[in-house]
Amino acid sequence: MTLIGKSVPRLEDRELLTGTGRFAGDQNFEGQLHMRVVRASLAHGRILSVDTAAAAASPGVFAVWTGVDVADVSPINLRPGSALQDLEKCRQHILAQDIVRYVGEPVAVVFADDPYRAEDAAELIWADIEELPPVVGLMDMPGEFAPGVSTEPAVLVKGYGDVDAAFASAAHIVDCELSVGRHAGVPLETRGALAIWNDDENRLEFHAAAKIPHTNRIALAELLGLELDQLHLFEGHVGGGFGVRGEIYPDEVLVNLAALRFRRPVKWIEDRMEHLVAANHSREQTHRIRAAINADGLILAIDDEFWFNQGAYARTHGATVPVVSATMLPGPYKVPAYRATGRIRLTNVTPAGTYRGPGRYETTFVREQLMDTIAAELDLDPLAVRRTNLIAADEMPYERPFEIGGKPIIYDSGDYPESLARFLDHVDYDAVQAEMAERRASGEMAGAAIICFVELGGDGPFDDVRVEMDTDGRVEVITGVASVGQGVETVIAQICADTLGIDYAGITVTHGQTDRIARGQGARASRVTVMTGNATHKAASGVRGMLLEKAAELLQSPVETLEISDGVIGIVEGLGEGPSVTVAAAAAEILRGQNAPRIAVEESFENDRATYSFGAQLAVVVVDPLTAGVTVERFAVVYDIGRAVNPMLVEGQLVGGAVQGIGGALFEEFLYDETGQPLSVSFADYLMPTAAEVPDVECLVLEDSPSTTNPLTLKSGGDPGITGAGAAIAAAIGDAIGRPGAIKRLPVTPLRLRAILRGDADRKQEKNNAENGVST
Amino acid sequence: MKPASFEYVTAESWDAAAASLAEHGDDALILAGGQSLVPVMNFRLAQPAVLVDVNVIPDSAYLQIDGDSLRIGALTRHVRFEAPGIDGPLGRLLPRIAHHIAHLPIRMRGTFGGSLAHADPASEWCTLARTLDAVMIAQSVTGERRIAAADFFHSALATDLADDEVLREVELPALGPDWRCGFAEFNRRAGDFAIVQSVAVIELHEGQIVSARIGVGGATETPQRSGAAEKALLGGAPTSELFAEAAGAAADAIEDFLTDQQANADLRRDLVRVMVLRALEDAVSAG
Amino acid sequence: MTRIQLNVNETIHDVEVEPRHSLVDTLREGCGLTGSHIGCEHGVCGACTVLVDDQPVRGCLMFAVQADGKDIRTVEGLDDDGAFNALQQAFHEHHALQCGFCTPGMLMLATWIVERGLPVDDNELREIMASNLCRCTGYRNILRAVRAVLDASGQDGAGA
Repeated sequence: MTLIGKSVPRLEDRELLTGTGRFAGDQNFEGQLHMRVVRASLAHGRILSVDTAAAAASPGVFAVWTGVDVADVSPINLRPGSALQDLEKCRQHILAQDIVRYVGEPVAVVFADDPYRAEDAAELIWADIEELPPVVGLMDMPGEFAPGVSTEPAVLVKGYGDVDAAFASAAHIVDCELSVGRHAGVPLETRGALAIWNDDENRLEFHAAAKIPHTNRIALAELLGLELDQLHLFEGHVGGGFGVRGEIYPDEVLVNLAALRFRRPVKWIEDRMEHLVAANHSREQTHRIRAAINADGLILAIDDEFWFNQGAYARTHGATVPVVSATMLPGPYKVPAYRATGRIRLTNVTPAGTYRGPGRYETTFVREQLMDTIAAELDLDPLAVRRTNLIAADEMPYERPFEIGGKPIIYDSGDYPESLARFLDHVDYDAVQAEMAERRASGEMAGAAIICFVELGGDGPFDDVRVEMDTDGRVEVITGVASVGQGVETVIAQICADTLGIDYAGITVTHGQTDRIARGQGARASRVTVMTGNATHKAASGVRGMLLEKAAELLQSPVETLEISDGVIGIVEGLGEGPSVTVAAAAAEILRGQNAPRIAVEESFENDRATYSFGAQLAVVVVDPLTAGVTVERFAVVYDIGRAVNPMLVEGQLVGGAVQGIGGALFEEFLYDETGQPLSVSFADYLMPTAAEVPDVECLVLEDSPSTTNPLTLKSGGDPGITGAGAAIAAAIGDAIGRPGAIKRLPVTPLRLRAILRGDADRKQEKNNAENGVST
Repeated sequence: MKPASFEYVTAESWDAAAASLAEHGDDALILAGGQSLVPVMNFRLAQPAVLVDVNVIPDSAYLQIDGDSLRIGALTRHVRFEAPGIDGPLGRLLPRIAHHIAHLPIRMRGTFGGSLAHADPASEWCTLARTLDAVMIAQSVTGERRIAAADFFHSALATDLADDEVLREVELPALGPDWRCGFAEFNRRAGDFAIVQSVAVIELHEGQIVSARIGVGGATETPQRSGAAEKALLGGAPTSELFAEAAGAAADAIEDFLTDQQANADLRRDLVRVMVLRALEDAVSAG
Repeated sequence: MTRIQLNVNETIHDVEVEPRHSLVDTLREGCGLTGSHIGCEHGVCGACTVLVDDQPVRGCLMFAVQADGKDIRTVEGLDDDGAFNALQQAFHEHHALQCGFCTPGMLMLATWIVERGLPVDDNELREIMASNLCRCTGYRNILRAVRAVLDASGQDGAGA
């Protein structure tokens, strides 16, 4: 029985369904102190003094720190490879030193015996801050981050081909200005951390770590002045990540530093209001994009200048989001010549990092609205324009002549036109369009649209996995990945079980524990199934080889004649009838000879090629012309994942991502007033979709184009649900109001849509007046 | 987001509640459903030294027709209004309004009196109370005070209740069979605070509108009746054209619109026009 | 500090609380039942949903002192000595959870719907489940799981 491709239920579910999970807040250590961060209430200012006397004297308080107490700790570094130009000069201290640069910036921290009392004490801290003028607008003239450092610390330029020549000779030029609003992952569990100094082991232990434990361990050890073997990270259950959780923030560093200095356990759980102003924001970009096209709508060149709002400081992701944006904007289209100029801007708002499908959600919106604008200006069908530009099957593998992180961009496999055609068929797009026409004829503002995108994943460069088996044939797979709830354990267990010929249910998959395996890349950029999956297969193959060799001995039959199925090794010809030995028995025999408790094979899978997959999304919406409210009636996603290990889990990712994406398209935005005060500070302001705002998302998972970059031919599936959602909703609204390309900005709130509808109504009125000879 | 410390007192009667308030003055707040107050306390925007829990007061939740009034006990939970057991147009209106209040678990705890005392501009019951000229009955150690809805709402989150008064009961007019009642509201997501809402109540006699009460909530600091809309409707037939005219009059007459990140004055004005119209249409179709 | 008794999943817990300690914090810390989660502390996300006297309540908006003597049920009381109940089994089969943080709240809300014993059509089910936020699943599978349990107990919306 092959387990790869089977929608088996998850191994992770038991603890989560019975309430016996270990999320950060569920963990406790004897004698722990509770940490509470005090945050700046001004967007920009010079700290004159911080009065902590009342707080220090408050009941239950153990200690209070301000910037002075941690001045010797380096600002948080950028991840290796993510630096660009002056970004490194814009890093954040773990407590503000002289200047605060965003509302929410940590300026002090309280340690108390209970979280209620910690908050009481925090309220008593008064920071005297001399206001400085804030920079709030992304497009404002750059100012000074610090003497000699501009708030435009980096400008990246990527491209290929002769863009200027293409524009000079183009039949048409189309240009748009398009923006995506500031929003982010906002997982349901807020951030948290616990740290404890383990005297016996002479090491600091950081519990409730997430996302990239091994990478973070290296960075944290450096920040804390520890040898690497004096710090270990341990992951428990994690309530969603989406890119936001698991980066190194000031808060986590403070928790660890305190545990180190006090030699007492320290626990920190942020509250929701803190999360909304302190955890990474994302997505805010404005693009001025021009396309040179021929009369058929074929794009000859794209020239895109964009602004990316990094917020007050550079964060661990460095220039990652704008770089990926620039690289992935062309998406599934040929675009023979291309130039992207990305301006990274610092403003006095919460700093930014990645959020699911980073750079792709934004640029898919931009690119697909560009396609609709091309269609509108040339009076062509929007889908026809897309088909005209799609990379063809016979052009695969398709190489874009530039690179990301030193690696070439090679779309490994896919038949994009075919996948699109299958999607159109699956959703019966002809019928959908006919229905829309009918409804519009009867006065409804209903619309539908399909947009296309490419997703990437499987980021290497390596992954290590150790497969261990004991004398009972039980298996533990030790990995360097992390779980954010996506089903890592199940998928890895399936691959391991499939390779070994045993049941997946008894396999334990260990992740997020830096003391169990030396190296790890964690869970990010949709890499786990591809990288860890292949490493698991490699290591498990090693164990399989050992088992078959021993069985060959025991059964007196050459290895080539043997097979393993359902935990039994037998001769293929008569499997189930002839002589056989259980996997457990073979393992026991091997171990008897070795005098060891477990068989262990550790392998590394290396890969410097990402995988690329085609996706498309359909949205059907209806607009209330009187209120400018939007209802999403239908939403569907197609994605060619090459090969699905667990189709049910893939669909879960697509549906969940799509709903998050709809949130960013219609509801979610971090807004600020003109002084930099955040307006989205609770779930009453920052609106996320409930079950009532979204339909059941339909999924078509294709396995047409297995990846050519890895032995298991796997591609990634974590991001594509979200990637096209902004574009799909915007395009569908454009269709509904009779003006493809009209939506220039996400989220499409009633306030913004009303202005568009009014503008349309005014234009229509003017036109009527002109035709009827009425002067206004 | 933990609240500041407070002393917790349980009131076994309205008199006891009033006595606690008299004792502690503006340091004390009433804890009813807690669905509005506790979030505010968790944000530390309110830090009462004393919380007086009125949830155990017997006979404090009721919907009772008494002559030409509907008497509503302050502790009547929102969910009760989804099946009020009251005949007539008001009995049909109450469930339609209750359904829009937040989500089910919140409706199970939140109370009618609590909503009125909290006076959020987007509160459905506040808009209903203002539209129907409800009478709020407040109790203090000095006795009872009847407060007309027109005097009750001062500004957002501020009412005429003195620090030592607790809202005990509300009287609504028990509307007769000639009345038609409608409700409409606009929000971003189901269950959200309304951006604009309207309660429209008209009395028909031989095909003509002989009385009208048009209420608008969420548009301004306090809910208001629209004299302009009511005037436009009187004497007319309940047609879409007349409704649209009245709705337009309602929207144009408002000057001090609330503005926030959800909606500016222009959008709210449009929404008033649409919600009044839809509330009137709801009145004749379902009301 | 006050001594109160919380009756949780038919077990009495004697705890000492300040009046300001929320029910959910007390369940988690005082009773050691960390299955109910805290997502927002202002009554919007529903991760803290528990049943109090058989009604779904946001545990972050009730103080523990208010729950003294009441009958409280949490996610830890659903399984039968490790065996999933119908809702848990349905969530498992339908992949109605990913990170699991919203799951206890969803299960308790769904428990109320199922125990009510009334027919529930798809619109009403969606409306009620919209009381709670989920960031991972996109809701589709949660609705399918609850629908499966309702249908199995004859509570589809088709009949009256």
